[in-house]
Amino acid sequence: MKAPPFAYHDPRSRDDLIGLLAELENAKLLAGGQSLVPMLNFRVVAPDHLIDINRIPDLAGIRLSADDVVLGAMTRQCDLQASADLAASAPIIREALAHVGHFQTRSRGTIGGSCCHLDPAAELPALCALFDAEFDVAGPNGARVVKVGDWFKGYLESALEEREYLQSIRLRRWPAGHGYGFSEYARRRGDFAIAGAGALLEFAKDARIRRAAIVVFGVEPAPVRLAEAEQMLVGQTFSETLLAEAAAQASALDAMADVHVSAAYRRRLAGVVTRRALTEAVRLAREAV
Amino acid sequence: MSARKISLTVNGQAVEAEVEARVNLADFVRQAIGLTGTHVGCEHGVCGACTIIVDGRPARACLMLAVQADGAEVETVESLGTPEALSELQQAFRDRHALQCGFCTPGMLMTIEALLRVEASPTREQVRDVLSGNLCRCTGYQAIVDAALDAAKARRGTR
Repeated sequence: MKAPPFAYHDPRSRDDLIGLLAELENAKLLAGGQSLVPMLNFRVVAPDHLIDINRIPDLAGIRLSADDVVLGAMTRQCDLQASADLAASAPIIREALAHVGHFQTRSRGTIGGSCCHLDPAAELPALCALFDAEFDVAGPNGARVVKVGDWFKGYLESALEEREYLQSIRLRRWPAGHGYGFSEYARRRGDFAIAGAGALLEFAKDARIRRAAIVVFGVEPAPVRLAEAEQMLVGQTFSETLLAEAAAQASALDAMADVHVSAAYRRRLAGVVTRRALTEAVRLAREAV
Repeated sequence: MSARKISLTVNGQAVEAEVEARVNLADFVRQAIGLTGTHVGCEHGVCGACTIIVDGRPARACLMLAVQADGAEVETVESLGTPEALSELQQAFRDRHALQCGFCTPGMLMTIEALLRVEASPTREQVRDVLSGNLCRCTGYQAIVDAALDAAKARRGTR
């Protein structure tokens, strides 16, 4: 099908964008368009105004500091994938991006678009949860920072207010040599996953786990951190039993059912991918020592 | 409702046109410019038949508005070769019988073209990975992957 009619705006600066956000009613922001344009073509959304933010020059970019990685909202997925800095400081991001859509959609799709659209199975919001992200948003009433725990409001719903836009996302860096693992299961390469998991692990010198982060996505309406499993891992030395216990917590999530799979199958898969992600994280952390 | 004047380059030719905001780039190249090599399959970014190259990168033409291509360099399947002088990639498709009905072929060609520009010696696995974004209901893909690898080899030999 074809998109319904709308008035098109393509502001050239953040100030112009804020002016439009203040003024227009029933407006939608267009980032990479890899989710919104299909929704327009299907006519599940019908905005009166489309505000295309692709021509605002300073909304894209990757900036690293000692503690953080700041990603401009309009940074394309293919540019995230190609960034050597990002691959060196947070290698799980490149790992995960191979699963984000396809070669042909990553050249347009953006990290900000993915985090505002918030498909439950999207990899990039899950990474934001894993790295304790902060979302830097702005609008006519000023700027504010939203912590990742407050960003996920529910199915396809972020904390972004109607007249706000996402400027950038700040991720907390993990120390060099941390272990990471990413695993997802989809029926076809590039499809949204039925279930996926990411894990970060840091070991202390005495081989005990110093810090752990685990995220599961595609299972509940938004990505979830397995806080209890993380706490359980900290201070322990690695064993298969320990990983199995941690992964079991993924299988206790309140899984969604849909036309493809039942909740029970999704729960089972959540445990499997979590265990795979943790196993890989342990392997890489040990390799780095 | 919201028409705009745009100017862009399509296959090296400057194009100026007035276009309604809701018209996607696939419909624009087919209907306004008359380049019907770009095929429109699903119109929601899944089938890949409309894949073209925009500013050097592969993109779903059905997921871009024509107004967004203002100032862009667009390449469609017509840029690759002619029936008399096929490109190496098109020749490899013919030699390997990498198409049957041909509906998906323009998208396949443009995806592989984009890949070969950034990766002159792709592995079979890399070719399969990028082709996961193009659906073919006839061939079973093996011949398409073979053709992509043949084309890569031919291009390395001649360039």
